[in-house]
Amino acid sequence: MEAIKTPTFWERKSVRDIFIKIVLYIIVLIGAFILMIPFFWMLSTALKGFEEAFQIPPQWIPKPPHWENFYVGWTTLPFGLYLKNTVIIIVLTLIGQIFSASLVAFGFSRLHFPGRDFLFFVMLSTMMIPFQVTMIPTYILFRYLRWIDTFKPLIVPAYFGGGAFFIFLLRQFFLTIPPEMDDAARIDGCNNFNIYLKIILPLAKPALGTVAIFSFMWQWNDFMGPLIYINSMDKRTVALGLAAFQAETAFRTSGWNLIMAVAFLLMLPCLIIFFLAQRQFIQGVVITGVKG
Amino acid sequence: MIKDKKIWSTVEGYLFISPWLLGLMIFTIGPIIASFYLSLTNYDIINPPNFVGFSNYKTLFLEDRLFWQALKVTAIYTAGSVPLQLICGFMIALLMNQKLKGISVFRTIYYLPAVVSGVAVSVLWKWIFMPDVGIINILLSKIGIRGPNWLGDPSWVLPALIVMSLWGVGGGMVIYLAGLQGIPTELYEAAELDGAGRWAKFKAITIPMMSPVIFFNLVMGVIGSFQTFTQAYIMTSGGPQNASLFYILYLYQRAFQELRMGYASALAWILFLVILLCTLIIFKTSAGWVYYEGIRGR
Repeated sequence: MEAIKTPTFWERKSVRDIFIKIVLYIIVLIGAFILMIPFFWMLSTALKGFEEAFQIPPQWIPKPPHWENFYVGWTTLPFGLYLKNTVIIIVLTLIGQIFSASLVAFGFSRLHFPGRDFLFFVMLSTMMIPFQVTMIPTYILFRYLRWIDTFKPLIVPAYFGGGAFFIFLLRQFFLTIPPEMDDAARIDGCNNFNIYLKIILPLAKPALGTVAIFSFMWQWNDFMGPLIYINSMDKRTVALGLAAFQAETAFRTSGWNLIMAVAFLLMLPCLIIFFLAQRQFIQGVVITGVKG
Repeated sequence: MIKDKKIWSTVEGYLFISPWLLGLMIFTIGPIIASFYLSLTNYDIINPPNFVGFSNYKTLFLEDRLFWQALKVTAIYTAGSVPLQLICGFMIALLMNQKLKGISVFRTIYYLPAVVSGVAVSVLWKWIFMPDVGIINILLSKIGIRGPNWLGDPSWVLPALIVMSLWGVGGGMVIYLAGLQGIPTELYEAAELDGAGRWAKFKAITIPMMSPVIFFNLVMGVIGSFQTFTQAYIMTSGGPQNASLFYILYLYQRAFQELRMGYASALAWILFLVILLCTLIIFKTSAGWVYYEGIRGR
């Protein structure tokens, strides 16, 4: 035990600490720079002319910047229409997820009934089952219902519990709301459904916000679902649209500059939402341990 | 009266969870059973299924070289990307847990690539990996290395996709970071009193306390990498020479391009079993290295 520190020792330690800090800063800076290169590269390409995109050595800041690429890319295929389709799917899915997931989460966190814990365990296990395992029979079912090439296969399942992930997330949140609130309401003559609707849901707004953010990100980026269920060009989502746009490079109707411009526009909502709701987003990731 | 109340509370509980319960039957358990039945048939969607016993499985295991190729590709990718992501994510989380000024800005920057995903990211990386005009090879040529034709070379396509997966390493980082910040500081203080150095503290406190988080990320990482599809579909279509024929891509081709639903159902069932097996193995072996601190919280 060194209760008394001699000045020389203290000095040496601080010098070492500063040195370590500088090294750490340099490592962190280099890492951050490398991770940002793809974004810079995308934006840089998006602002170039068609030929300029293939120029070596590349110009990081194109002169003059072709701002019109964003407009040209967006309108070469009807991305406005694709955006509308995507938003319709996202909004209708979200409504289903918010209400059905919170209802189920309420049952799993606030009510006591035989078999509850077993069923909760079953629900957690289903999180491990990839969508592709059940994809073919589900597809056949929707085909039988004549729902192929409509938005229904992408929307309707959300009304059946909204997904194990969201139920789990909301249940974890509901558990943090003190049960005394329910008891007080019950004394006032509230039944469970009213407690759910009037007490728990309003208090759970932050968690519901997290659900909304994740749901948006997943729907926005979902590719395989729309790929198998949507056939018509005018029913494409933005993800399908970009995939088609990219496939057309071979026919020279789209250049890499335009593809990068559209890709950038499609990343933008996710980035903006992340910046606006960073805290909720990270909390959601942490509560459930699922990556964005 | 009391009995009535109990019955009602049971009914009510099941009413609340009924949306999920119905969904479980219609969209999970039903399809799993149905896909097993379909896997025993030949079914092209237009004509009724034709029962053929286990012949789909027999063909898969004994004759289908592409099936083995798809398993191999997926396994190599998983073995490459999951541990790398784990180690890098953990190391970055350790860095981000240091008390440095402005570190929260860096946390945001490191996390940013994990926020975006899907087609836009695949398209971006396809452009990054271009042999002559892609930024990776341009930067490599600056230090005198002639970069490979990443996506066009059978031996480089998987390394390329693994590099790409590392871009999203921030996703794991946040989870580790939360875990690191949840470790009680008293543990470190007590160890310091016992004269433990940085490394000793790391080995005796950080690693065991973090093992459940690492374990969770491992399980989810393996399952996630088995589902790789968009990258392969957009960037390589499984090529060159099937070197990036991921399992799901192969399943998709058989089911939705060739309409061999029975055969593809057999593929789906094998995927289900493989994931079950991997999860079990990870769970079984975890007892030795995952440390659970009593029963935690909830």
